[in-house]
Amino acid sequence: MSQSRMATLDGNEAAASVAYRINEVMAIYPITPSSPMGEFCDEWAAKKLPNIWGVVPGVTEMQSEAGASAAVHGSLQAGSLATTFTASQGLLLMIPTMYKVAGELTSFCMHVTARTLATHALSIFGDHSDVMSVRQTGFALLCSNSVQEAHDMACIAQAASLESRVPFLHFFDGFRTSHEVAKIAMLSDEDLHFMISEDLVKAHRARAMTPDHPVLRGTAQNPDTFFQAREACNRFYDACPEIVQKCLDKFAQRTGRAYHLFDYYGDPQAERVIVLMGSGVEVAQMTIDHLRNQGEKVGLLAVRLYRPFAVEAFMKALPKTVKTIAVLDRTKEPGSAGEPLYQDVLTAVREWSDAGISPLAKEPRIISGRYGLSSKNFTPAQVKAVFDELRKTQPKRHFTVGIVDDVTHLSLDVDENWDIEADDVVRAVFFGLGADGTVGANKNSIKIIGEETDNYAQGYFVYDSKKSGAMTTSHLRFGPRLIQSPYLIKKAGFVACHQFVFLEKVDMLEYAKPGAVFLLNSPVGPDRVWDELPREAQQQLIDKKMKFYVIDANDVALKTGMGTRINTIMQTCFFAISGVLPREEAINQIKKSIKKTYEKKGDEVVKRNWAAVDDTLAYMYEVKIPARVTATKKMPPIVAEQAPDFVKRVSAVMMAGKGDLLPVSAFPVDGTWPTATCQWEKRNIALEIPIWDPAVCIQCNKCALVCPHASIRAKVYDEACLQGAPAEFRSTAFKTKEFAGKKFTIQVAPEDCTGCKLCVMVCPAKDKSNPKHKAINMEPQPPLRDRERTNYQFFLDIPELDRTAITRLDVKGTQFLLPLFEYSGACAGCGETPYVKLLTQLFGDRLMIGNATGCSSIYGGNLPATPYAQDRNGRGPTWSNSLFEDAAEFGYGFRLAVDAHMEHARFLLQRLSSQIGDTLVEELMTADQVGEAGIKAQRNRVIELRKKLAAIKTPEAQRLGQLADYLVKKSVWSMGGDGWAYDIGYGGLDHVLSMYRDFNILVLDTEVYSNTGGQASKSTPLGASAKFAVAGKGIGKKDLGLMAMSYGHVYVASIAFGAKDNHTVQAFLEAESYPGPSLIIAYSHCIAHGYDLQFGLDQQKRAVDSGIWPLYRYDPRRLLNGEAPLVLDAPAGKIPVKEYMSNETRFRMVEKIDPERFRQLAIQAQQAAQRRIAVYDHMAKLQVPKSNGNG
Amino acid sequence: MNLTTKYLGITLPHPLVVGASPLADHLDTVRRLEDAGAAAIVMRSLFEEQIAAEVMATYSATASHADSFVEARTYLPEPEDFVLGPQEYLNHLSQVKRAVRIPVFGSLNGTTPSGWLDYASMMQQAGADGLEINLYDVPMDPDDSAMELEQQAVEVIHNIKRSVQIPLAVKLPRFYTSLPHFARALVKAGADGLILFNRFYQPDIDVDNLEYISQLELSNPSELRLRLRWLAVLSSQLTCSLAVTGGVHTALDAIKAIMCGADAVQMVSALLRYGPNYLATVRRELEDWLSAREYDTLAQMRGSMNLARCPQPQLLYRANYIHLLQTWEAE
Repeated sequence: MSQSRMATLDGNEAAASVAYRINEVMAIYPITPSSPMGEFCDEWAAKKLPNIWGVVPGVTEMQSEAGASAAVHGSLQAGSLATTFTASQGLLLMIPTMYKVAGELTSFCMHVTARTLATHALSIFGDHSDVMSVRQTGFALLCSNSVQEAHDMACIAQAASLESRVPFLHFFDGFRTSHEVAKIAMLSDEDLHFMISEDLVKAHRARAMTPDHPVLRGTAQNPDTFFQAREACNRFYDACPEIVQKCLDKFAQRTGRAYHLFDYYGDPQAERVIVLMGSGVEVAQMTIDHLRNQGEKVGLLAVRLYRPFAVEAFMKALPKTVKTIAVLDRTKEPGSAGEPLYQDVLTAVREWSDAGISPLAKEPRIISGRYGLSSKNFTPAQVKAVFDELRKTQPKRHFTVGIVDDVTHLSLDVDENWDIEADDVVRAVFFGLGADGTVGANKNSIKIIGEETDNYAQGYFVYDSKKSGAMTTSHLRFGPRLIQSPYLIKKAGFVACHQFVFLEKVDMLEYAKPGAVFLLNSPVGPDRVWDELPREAQQQLIDKKMKFYVIDANDVALKTGMGTRINTIMQTCFFAISGVLPREEAINQIKKSIKKTYEKKGDEVVKRNWAAVDDTLAYMYEVKIPARVTATKKMPPIVAEQAPDFVKRVSAVMMAGKGDLLPVSAFPVDGTWPTATCQWEKRNIALEIPIWDPAVCIQCNKCALVCPHASIRAKVYDEACLQGAPAEFRSTAFKTKEFAGKKFTIQVAPEDCTGCKLCVMVCPAKDKSNPKHKAINMEPQPPLRDRERTNYQFFLDIPELDRTAITRLDVKGTQFLLPLFEYSGACAGCGETPYVKLLTQLFGDRLMIGNATGCSSIYGGNLPATPYAQDRNGRGPTWSNSLFEDAAEFGYGFRLAVDAHMEHARFLLQRLSSQIGDTLVEELMTADQVGEAGIKAQRNRVIELRKKLAAIKTPEAQRLGQLADYLVKKSVWSMGGDGWAYDIGYGGLDHVLSMYRDFNILVLDTEVYSNTGGQASKSTPLGASAKFAVAGKGIGKKDLGLMAMSYGHVYVASIAFGAKDNHTVQAFLEAESYPGPSLIIAYSHCIAHGYDLQFGLDQQKRAVDSGIWPLYRYDPRRLLNGEAPLVLDAPAGKIPVKEYMSNETRFRMVEKIDPERFRQLAIQAQQAAQRRIAVYDHMAKLQVPKSNGNG
Repeated sequence: MNLTTKYLGITLPHPLVVGASPLADHLDTVRRLEDAGAAAIVMRSLFEEQIAAEVMATYSATASHADSFVEARTYLPEPEDFVLGPQEYLNHLSQVKRAVRIPVFGSLNGTTPSGWLDYASMMQQAGADGLEINLYDVPMDPDDSAMELEQQAVEVIHNIKRSVQIPLAVKLPRFYTSLPHFARALVKAGADGLILFNRFYQPDIDVDNLEYISQLELSNPSELRLRLRWLAVLSSQLTCSLAVTGGVHTALDAIKAIMCGADAVQMVSALLRYGPNYLATVRRELEDWLSAREYDTLAQMRGSMNLARCPQPQLLYRANYIHLLQTWEAE
């Protein structure tokens, strides 16, 4: 038996480590939560790490999962060992190819992090709905239940596929296994050689398509032969389970880790048995151990090989004594007779019973349950509830567990306080801010504990739904035995709060068990901190007899030059208090880990982190807990009293992190949610907020335009509105003649601002005597919060200007229009959301958005709160996300429907013209709705129309009443990132552009797949490093705009609001007014570019000045005047492209890795920019004949 | 004509050296300079402060997003060979060293004691034939006395000298109360040579936008005078190597510097303005000038106009200033 090296890593790395070493070709596409597998492989390939045959595998990013699977299919057919990684919708896109791969009996193993399929909502989390959707393809499905198994089965699946010729899908639970960090035994290259037969690899290669031995595959067959030929594969499937078991046995012989097609665990004479697969298996095992100690005859049958379903092995694995079986499926098939695993079990048992060959003493009763959808925490208490149900004489035949179903009453009662965790396992929970490094430090802590002590360790990390100011919760366990607890910690011996502000948001001491330690990062010292705690916290500290430590980690970080990074400071405190290692040794290990983690980020980072570690303990204090609660303040309510009922009943519970407690009845049945709920979620994440100085302000409104979160706003209003204004409400005379005599205010939303500073950076107004003081200046938020909250509330109540009164729709004018996209969870300083916000200001009250999956769908629609808002009339954007790949077509479908409704309404208008009145009908039919005045006039006509219709009692009049609003122009947009527009959705985007409908597309171009972590897209520019283009992209960015222009009838604009804001406004107005298809490509700075986003606007300017991002508008309407449709809107070549590139890490990385290559790439980028501008310049100077304006 | 000179213990065929500048940034330019006859080349200054700033800015901009959102571990790749720090500079130094046969000097501006030592050692390891230590600092803290600052600088030189074997030159600012005193202390601490003077880039003001603007301005020949004076003074007092930088645009400028005691003459602005081949022109003009005036060697004129040997030493004292003021008349 081989000796294994132990390592601490997550499930994705565990699986990828094997897949990389036993394959030659990888074609991938990023999708959560499988993206890290591809990224690991790409990193290893970049490091030239070889596979077990000494060759560096090739890793290729494709344009979609459909592309990835097709590329893999081709590679397999050409005889290579190929793999891919995916999940969820990605797997669905592979289905057609999977049928082909299986039908051709191709040895192949892919790895899937099982994830929820999007239905009523998208979910990135784990369940089996994706893998269950491919169970019919002919693939074998092999399941791993833990990080160790993800590593092991990755090898076994490929070995079995090579021998059986049945392609394998190896899967493990998304997030729960893919992202759990655990200490495992690693397979060596020798182990892999032992498992992967050279003869079988040779046989695979021998089946390769090659002109040296030509064959033909992919024939079309007809009724005479297809059926028989399809049956020809049967014996391969018949033999497959036995081959898998043979591989498992061989593996056990080598490693000592024994697995079976079905592993039974529990009492050999069990009467009640659960059947399930995935990470839930370990939860059930723990529970069974506990219940058996109490004398219960219970057991578990863990399914490993789900397809082909080996009935004989299954039946033989069941204890003969079994009387009742609960089959737990982590998926839902509405309308089916039962979920798939249940149906398989039912079939197996019945078939053997009918055949009279069942080994069971009595045919058991079988019931079916759903659990754990979308990573719903699956706990021992739930397992116990299932066993309790099995004991009943009339158990529920179909049930759910883990939720409260108060509608169809399928759920089992669960006592979630039932706890079976062993005392010798240390459990710790840490509440941190995404940006403070808590998760990274905890990952390091697990590695230290796992690799430097004899302890086993486990870490799992929970994030909230926001990209800015997100709260992270780290769940760490460590102890002397293998940790098999794949569920969240409920009772911890150590609770740490890394951000003081969380104390008023989260009842984190709920997680503390009696006698636990509470560590708090507090700006208030040990003498006064008690008085600052909310009542709930004081009570629990006393009641649970806890120990309490504080440190001002932010102060230590500041003193040691670490800024806001408090991770290593808090990590040092944890080790010092927990005593898992002797203090000195712990500090040495932390420093070692810091060096390893940050060495390549620069010596300075290591030095400063070390200094922070050295300084930490001198600033950590134990706080004596008083005997009595003294606080008068309680945790504030999650949402304000005036919030709508739904927000209070549902959204607020989710915002408090208690969404698990909501019953089925709380939810909309079809995924329809109210808009405008972000306004109730006061996050208070900014340390500093912008404060307006009216004496300096020049009233340009640029601050409001650039704000990514609509958290700083401008208003012009009558002086009378100031009646009752708060004493410190700031107001000044409005300087423009257009609204002479009116008042003007710029106001911050103090609790919604993220503190990104873009508004300050863009502000052009400086105090002439003290130029560092601008019209907008950052000031600390906490002391200003109450004052500015009152001011903001007053500001919001001031009526907006009538939209028709704003005749100049430039930057200044547009910012008096109410933003209908506000307070989203987008990153602080996001470069996308200012465009989205502007879109809603211009057209929000008649706006329909079909959004591609990605950043914009996450900040646009990730619950608990919704940022799209409504105006005082209740109008606002209606928004939906269908899929990643189909947003153009999806939005186009909106247009088709709206047009159909409108045409129907117009048809009815004509039919009822005599009753309605010819004049009104004529006006409704011919209304000019290009501007706000036209829209308003048409809305008034519709009101008139409804009055008329009320008197007409015919079905047609009723139909027209329902459709009348469609007589007012709707603004229909598809929106998404470059991953969608340039890659996965390009086919659809191109197609809808080729049609002539009044339809708009907004591409928020960050030049990478931002949401999944910065993978290269076809928009990634030349010379930029991105995942899957680590060495710097050697191919230029696709010119999407030029491709669209080639149609001739498409309005196209390339914009960058940081470079020329009025141009951005102009492009939106023109695109929307253009009666055909419009495409706006919007430069969006992004955290994936690797610089502080407060400089995003400067970078946009550099991009434009250098010519790498030309500003232009291509308007086919110009042809009507005989003008060239293309206008270049900014001179390029003011600065070299390299000057733009040198400010971003994505380019600097390439320069650092290979300066000479970078120099060449920079020259190429310069030439490419010049060439592109030259082409545009030529187009802009074309002499063209007049045309009808639609190309 | 024998133009050889000894600078920092290294014999150079002539005194014309390419000073610290972007001229050494590209290998093809470096080769062209060698072809034009440059006696040695100095790399652009490595500013420890800038490296630290970039490191921390990049760390802050990238690390704060890692592990902060559920769908992404990081937002940028983390290749093994992407190391922020001096490596890029050191790699380039090695490449320059490999590309040419002439001596290559590293140039370093540090801000911390460890930064000075670490980077100096690294440059030596990267193949530098010598080091320029650039004391480019703008003291702004009223608590820092001149004596303390000078003492710190002397300690830095002392420590660097102990940590490297290659020769060490100190590039001085011109703002010292008693330059001869400080210069002597530096030499005693281990400086093998002094370079007079570095040029402080003074930001201009954009009066419309109320902000400073920083831009590179090339030197002009009038800047040479100050350097000549102090070369003349120091060369009469010290035995270490001396070099001039700032204001040498012609052969005549170089000749004056050498007469005042310079062992090496660094050129930058003129080469940036006229291209690498201009160095060959100056060298030829230097040789022609010497020949025309029947010098046998360059060494003959080195220091001929320094404080000790020049015929009118009083003009180098305060008298020079007074005289000029008294004779100047407004138009």
